[in-house]
Amino acid sequence: MNGLWKLTWIEIKVFMREPLGAFGTIVVPVLVFVILGRIGGSALSTRSVTVIDLVRVGLPVFAAILIAISAVLSLVTIITIYREGGILKRLRATPLRPQTILTAHVLVKLLLTIVTLVLMMAAGKRYYPVDVRFPVVSFAVALVLSTWSILSIGFVIASVVPTARFAQPVGAAIMYAMVGFSGLFVPVQAMPPAMQALARLIPLTYAVSLLRGIWNGEPWSAHLTDVAALFAVFAIGVAISSRVFRWE
Amino acid sequence: MDGGRDVVIRVAGCRKTYGATVAVDEVSFEVYDGEIFGLIGPNGAGKTTTLECVEGLRVPDRGAISVLGLDPFRDVYKLQQRIGVQLQQAQLQKRIKVWEAVDLWASLYRKPPADGERLLDQLGLADKRDAWFMTLSGGQKQRLFIALALVNDPDVVFLDELTTGLDPQARRAIWELVRGIRARGKTVFLTTHLMEEAERLCDRVAIIDHGRIVDIDTPERLVARHCPERSVALTTDDPDAAVRFRAIPRVDEVLAQGPRLTIRGRGDDLVTRVIDCVSEHRIRVTDFRTIVPNLEDVFLTLTGHSIRD
Repeated sequence: MNGLWKLTWIEIKVFMREPLGAFGTIVVPVLVFVILGRIGGSALSTRSVTVIDLVRVGLPVFAAILIAISAVLSLVTIITIYREGGILKRLRATPLRPQTILTAHVLVKLLLTIVTLVLMMAAGKRYYPVDVRFPVVSFAVALVLSTWSILSIGFVIASVVPTARFAQPVGAAIMYAMVGFSGLFVPVQAMPPAMQALARLIPLTYAVSLLRGIWNGEPWSAHLTDVAALFAVFAIGVAISSRVFRWE
Repeated sequence: MDGGRDVVIRVAGCRKTYGATVAVDEVSFEVYDGEIFGLIGPNGAGKTTTLECVEGLRVPDRGAISVLGLDPFRDVYKLQQRIGVQLQQAQLQKRIKVWEAVDLWASLYRKPPADGERLLDQLGLADKRDAWFMTLSGGQKQRLFIALALVNDPDVVFLDELTTGLDPQARRAIWELVRGIRARGKTVFLTTHLMEEAERLCDRVAIIDHGRIVDIDTPERLVARHCPERSVALTTDDPDAAVRFRAIPRVDEVLAQGPRLTIRGRGDDLVTRVIDCVSEHRIRVTDFRTIVPNLEDVFLTLTGHSIRD
């Protein structure tokens, strides 16, 4: 992994110099979280159980998923731009191993995920209406694990989109379609059987289940299936993209 | 001049196809230690494919390649330590700084790297070290890519269409840099579709067309072999001049356009023979110009089409 740390550090600096890079990836999820939180917060006065549950559990998990998705979309965009510009090819014609080049991008995204989460918690402390206690470290680990897993899907998407222009819309269409079936809005158990089967095939389902459970204070041992599924998603994603990934 | 020189690159019977398209076929050549070797041909002739097979970036379907005694594909990481590469139309991260790129590249090689700051200085990039890649001009970008190709003090340097898109002034400056690489004892393997570049820069050239090597030699010998015709164009008011010139041995024709005559013939001594004739018959000449064929004419003769087509 010669050169990994230097390349990762350069990619972080390059990303932070991007005028909208940091804004889109970090600020937008935090803003969505704060705005929805305030709207939901004023609804709390109705004392409706559903609304409280939505704000207390649904919103943080939704925000976490949003962080993971924006990491994936940012990865897809960067990889396709790098491919189109011949940057990937140029880096590959050095002693850098191919996996080092791609791992650097994964590390950058995971780091940004953590930064966004920290900012969101800081914002939450200040603006969040409900006094919530949750296992901070476990939740952070669950989010990083989820992001790491679905980033592998990002590499598959980056392999199939023809040009950088299509990267963002194609990536967004795939990722947000997954959100719809992930049990985030409608619990998987409440879905018709066909949709349940589909939901079980969708990687995000396991991320949502894990994040929701950890947020609710459930132990990791109750979510071993989710963790195993996320590892499997990563393994499958890497296996597919190592076959179809294009460097130029 | 080839006798006894070490072979650094050996390509034998190389073939590479993309689907139904045969990119290169039966490509064989050798590159000697310390020379500038040019692969020249029009766009799409197979130059980059050949080069990238030699660099280990592509695997040929057939044929054997050895670079510094290594197999470029199997020993690619070992080879990359000893070669420097500049790719056609490559880019770097838009907002990477010049010094960051040099620093990253320098960290990747086992051999103690060349002094990056000195390299930037030699390539005239010292005052650009903190500039973002996207803000560099075309010539500055190419000079940075040369710096990156030299950062590991390589034995062989590969340059693919190095000066494409540069203005003539930047092009000349880059040529000087490439000659400097040779002066340091390195071997340079370059591709170009600019015949002037090949003629001025290369010790030997291989002409490639439609994926096949047509001929290999020094530019001078290629011209002598394939385009032996020479012409002299001169202006004179002597009415007997045309007759006198036609009498010179091995002159094929003399074309007259008013006072302007064009004498076409063969052999390197055509010019001498014309001059002798001028002085012997005291022909009053007001303008005298020799027209020597170049690689462009060689290409036309060998392939039947111009390199620009």
